[in-house]
Amino acid sequence: MSFDTQHQDVRDAVRQLCSQFPDEYFRQIDEKKAYPEAFVNELMGAGWLAAMIPEEYGGSGLGLTVASIIMEEINRSGGNSGAVHGQMYNMGTLLRHGSKEQKDKYLPQIAAGELRIQSMAVTEPTTGTDTTKIKTTAVKKDGRWVVNGQKVWISRVQHSDLMILLARTTPLAEVQKKSEGMSIFIVNLQQAIGNGLTVRPIPNLVNHETNELFFDNLEIPEENLIGEEGKGFKYILDGLNAERTLIAAECIGDGYWFIDRATKYANERVVFDRPIGKNQGVQFPIAEAFIEIEAANLMRFKACELFDAKQPCGAQANMAKYLAAKASWEAANVCMQTHGGFGFANEYDIERKFRETRLYQVAPISTNLIFSYVAEHLLGLPRSF
Amino acid sequence: MKIVVPVKRVIDANVKVRLKSDGSAVDSDNVKMSMNPFDEIAVEEAIRLKEAGVAGEIVAVSIGSDACQDVLRSALAMGADRALLIRTEAVLEPLAVAKLLREVVAREQPQLVICGKQSTDGDANQAGQMLAGLLGWPQATFASKLDIGADGATVTREIDGGLEIIAVTLPAVVTTDLRLNSPRYTTLPNIMKAKKKPLDVIALDEFGVDTRPRLTTLGLAEPAARSAGVRVADVAELLAKLKNEAKVI
Repeated sequence: MSFDTQHQDVRDAVRQLCSQFPDEYFRQIDEKKAYPEAFVNELMGAGWLAAMIPEEYGGSGLGLTVASIIMEEINRSGGNSGAVHGQMYNMGTLLRHGSKEQKDKYLPQIAAGELRIQSMAVTEPTTGTDTTKIKTTAVKKDGRWVVNGQKVWISRVQHSDLMILLARTTPLAEVQKKSEGMSIFIVNLQQAIGNGLTVRPIPNLVNHETNELFFDNLEIPEENLIGEEGKGFKYILDGLNAERTLIAAECIGDGYWFIDRATKYANERVVFDRPIGKNQGVQFPIAEAFIEIEAANLMRFKACELFDAKQPCGAQANMAKYLAAKASWEAANVCMQTHGGFGFANEYDIERKFRETRLYQVAPISTNLIFSYVAEHLLGLPRSF
Repeated sequence: MKIVVPVKRVIDANVKVRLKSDGSAVDSDNVKMSMNPFDEIAVEEAIRLKEAGVAGEIVAVSIGSDACQDVLRSALAMGADRALLIRTEAVLEPLAVAKLLREVVAREQPQLVICGKQSTDGDANQAGQMLAGLLGWPQATFASKLDIGADGATVTREIDGGLEIIAVTLPAVVTTDLRLNSPRYTTLPNIMKAKKKPLDVIALDEFGVDTRPRLTTLGLAEPAARSAGVRVADVAELLAKLKNEAKVI
């Protein structure tokens, strides 16, 4: 198994924390469709999710590289960063585009683990990746913003204090460029739910808390607008590269977890008087999956390096997400196949991780949209939609 | 009160140790290294004494190559105040380690040295005792409980067949057993703070101590591989096998 000494202190410490939450813990959470509250509290208490918040606000002021290692190690330990990764990157929107008052108000509490900013509401039922067509509107009225509309696939809303909301503030017909006229807001979820915001959970394949949101004259204080009115779409785009790279790292963590389990089982399981791993038909697919993960990992670190150097990294972040999600899925499949029937038994945890890692070829952006991004923006091919 | 805690960098406890193909040494290439687990317990105990207001400063010491800085940083991240690396590429025997630690004690003037009872690589279980002998200090080895009072320390020791409680005057050397405490895990803010704490590096030669080896390693061998178990049909067959084949009853 490859051994990376970079940031070993961070890896060791996250692993140590995760070791208190064994397979049974995550299995039971999955069975109960519950949220890993104790695990999340432990992570936040130890400052892990404040890695990227600057030191002046009480965080650790680290880059995406270290943040991605934290996510990777959670998944590599058998957990699922999907429950927490919003906390790691959503604060970036506030940090980059928020006012001094907003930053002073929220960031120290987020860094201290007292305030959760886990959710970002962009996607709508009728406008998936075609974001500029969103129908949710925010209209200024008597010094407040009044929001109406609908969102879907909005994660962790039931376990967050704050949510970043994208809404149209100038009708599409009245803007020169369709990417203009949208704004982002901080929504205080405790105040909003039941007062114009209705949350309807969506049961799904994995134990991932995600929801439909309905806005019916939700009022938001004027000062909760982030940055300039009308520039919200650009602000959201700025945060997506971090999100994609972190998720690539989570897939890498999943991939190593699958390889660890597959290798261990192939070495231990004896059939016809010899370990099944002695068969090339068993060991080669494991080796192949491992190579794919190692290769995807290079692109993940390339994206991190560019992001941390404040260089454009959209291509690398997207490609890393594509490669890592594909590699982790292949590793999951190999792990399942190596275990035979036992892979389907809940107590081996493989079926759970198998379901969890499948998500990342669909979210937060689907593989096909990465292809069209690469084709159009990197290769200069005509836009396909 | 100042406490000195020696920490050793060893092969991580989760790694399956293997010999090099020529059998000359343990293969440590590309192998994960960590702080000796007993030393982690020693660091933890020192931090608890500091948190209880008994200790003032904690100095972690390691002897070895530059790579040992990582275990010193771990000690700092747990809560030690300062670190000292005595740099050498040589592999030292327990007596050489004890002599060097005596020099550290002379410089630092601690009231207490807390060592792991042994390192998980050499398993010698000697350095702490030898250090106490060289210093002429009392020693309390295999500690599972440590209380510092006005006149000295009360230490519960794990001995064959039970526990022994002894009182020692300070300064003293204490070595830790497994049940003394559970070391804390490090948090991200503390890892960041540790990067700013002082870590001094001194070359081994500066101490003027004779650290030449007194032992010659003749050979190394891996334990024999465990053969697969067998399934017995009933108790009678089990007893027969234990009696006739294993010859244990």
